[in-house]
Amino acid sequence: MAKSAGQIVAASRAEQKITGEQIVHSLLSDFMELHAGGIGSDNPAVIGGIGLFHGQPVTVIAIDKGDTIEDKVNKHFGCPTPAGYRKSLHLMKQAAKFHRPVLCFVNTPGAYPGQEAEETGQGAAIAQNILEMSQLPIPIITVIFGEGGSGGALALASGDQVWMLENSTYSILSPEGFASILWKDSSRADEAAQIMQLTPHDLQQKHIIDGILEEPNDHRQVVQNIDRVLQQQLSQLQKMPVEDLLKQRYERYRKF
Amino acid sequence: MNLYDHNNTLTAHHIKADREADAKVPDNLWTKCPKCETTVLTDDLDQYQTCPNCFYGFRISARQRLNWLVDQFTEFDTDLQTTDLLNFPGYDQKLAKAQQRTKLNDSVLTGTAMIGQEKFGLGIMDPTFIIGSLGTVTGEKITRLFERSTEQELPVVLFTASGGARMQEGIMSLMQMAKVSAAVKRHSQAGLLYVVVLTDPTTGGVTASFAMQGDITLAEPHALVGFAGRRVIEQMMHQKIPRDLQDAETLLSHGFIDRIVRRQDEKQTLQWLLKYGG
Repeated sequence: MAKSAGQIVAASRAEQKITGEQIVHSLLSDFMELHAGGIGSDNPAVIGGIGLFHGQPVTVIAIDKGDTIEDKVNKHFGCPTPAGYRKSLHLMKQAAKFHRPVLCFVNTPGAYPGQEAEETGQGAAIAQNILEMSQLPIPIITVIFGEGGSGGALALASGDQVWMLENSTYSILSPEGFASILWKDSSRADEAAQIMQLTPHDLQQKHIIDGILEEPNDHRQVVQNIDRVLQQQLSQLQKMPVEDLLKQRYERYRKF
Repeated sequence: MNLYDHNNTLTAHHIKADREADAKVPDNLWTKCPKCETTVLTDDLDQYQTCPNCFYGFRISARQRLNWLVDQFTEFDTDLQTTDLLNFPGYDQKLAKAQQRTKLNDSVLTGTAMIGQEKFGLGIMDPTFIIGSLGTVTGEKITRLFERSTEQELPVVLFTASGGARMQEGIMSLMQMAKVSAAVKRHSQAGLLYVVVLTDPTTGGVTASFAMQGDITLAEPHALVGFAGRRVIEQMMHQKIPRDLQDAETLLSHGFIDRIVRRQDEKQTLQWLLKYGG
């Protein structure tokens, strides 16, 4: 039986969910992590680097929620800081320079809302990512594999295609936030999830996303599903003249 | 338990009924500046609606701003209407009320304007229209503003004011950030100038997109400019945050704003930038 929106929200946040680390290291045959963003600090919530995807060098950017408690705290439970977004933009521009496609993997409750994040320009960092991604002359594909939290997710999901694992969500705010605004009661999150249209199925119907990937319990199979679709789509996008690619990307968002 | 039958009370029956008398009494005889707490006789506020002490600009509608900002204006896209995609309870009524009050179809006014000899694309977000939130029509109007201005090789000036995404429109509101940004980028690639004027409040998804994509970024004194809401930050940090964390002046000192400009100087400043800045 199909899962309810509330069940999908719970599954997207489940402890046993595949991690950004796992995806990066099992999808690519060789991965070298790169840390620099050139802006004062590194943000461990964003894993970035270059790896080989079926023998082809690609730039990979993945949000990771962390493993141990200490790791989770360091990564703000998968909420990137401005430095994380600036690192990802630095890597995307580098990818464009060397004609490497970009693969993004997103699982975030949202961009980190802390004092320091405000002081270092969280809004500006996200704004620059979205602005630049619209015209980078290389294919950019995003897979949302858990939570797709608002602008913090969009900052890595405004390229050519967006795919979602079946147990993931993509929304303007959390169901808890929505319920607390609408009914002043965050415990009615399940009801909120129903009306928010945040499930992969709802989003595909609105053409917000390009497709849904099955998500069996075995993480190796999940990676295989991601692998298959990325290989297929990447080869299509790489055949396109850059001009057509960018025109298609513009149209993708223009219709909303 | 009611002590008196409601219909027998004076308030319900007599006072409220005299609408004519009510209308003669000004709503707000006194205005208190929310920033420096100076109290001003409302009648003493001029067309610019700024605090005489700290120059904070009170929240004004887009049409009020238009009155003193430009010499000529031709409005675009007054006919676009949003649809209630999520069937959000009470959204239709909320929209109708905002439309009636602001004389706008959504939270932004767009068109072509002239200041002196300078012709440009102009957008003014309206903080009195559902706190200037970013709905589909808002995004569409701003996108068209950039597309038309690119076609006509005109610079763009955009006054931002927004509580962020419009949650009644869900994910479609988020998509506006990508749609507008792509149009801003094309305008920029055509070598055209984009000047942003941040006004109170500019937050959330608007800050995280076109408010922070200008070539030159101005702000009004003490305008609130930020990404996350104060309450959200305090809950995350488990402590109070500085009162001025999201003041335009703080962002200026952190290097995110070029200049703070008082309302009475905006017209002249924009004219200069349109002439020499792009």
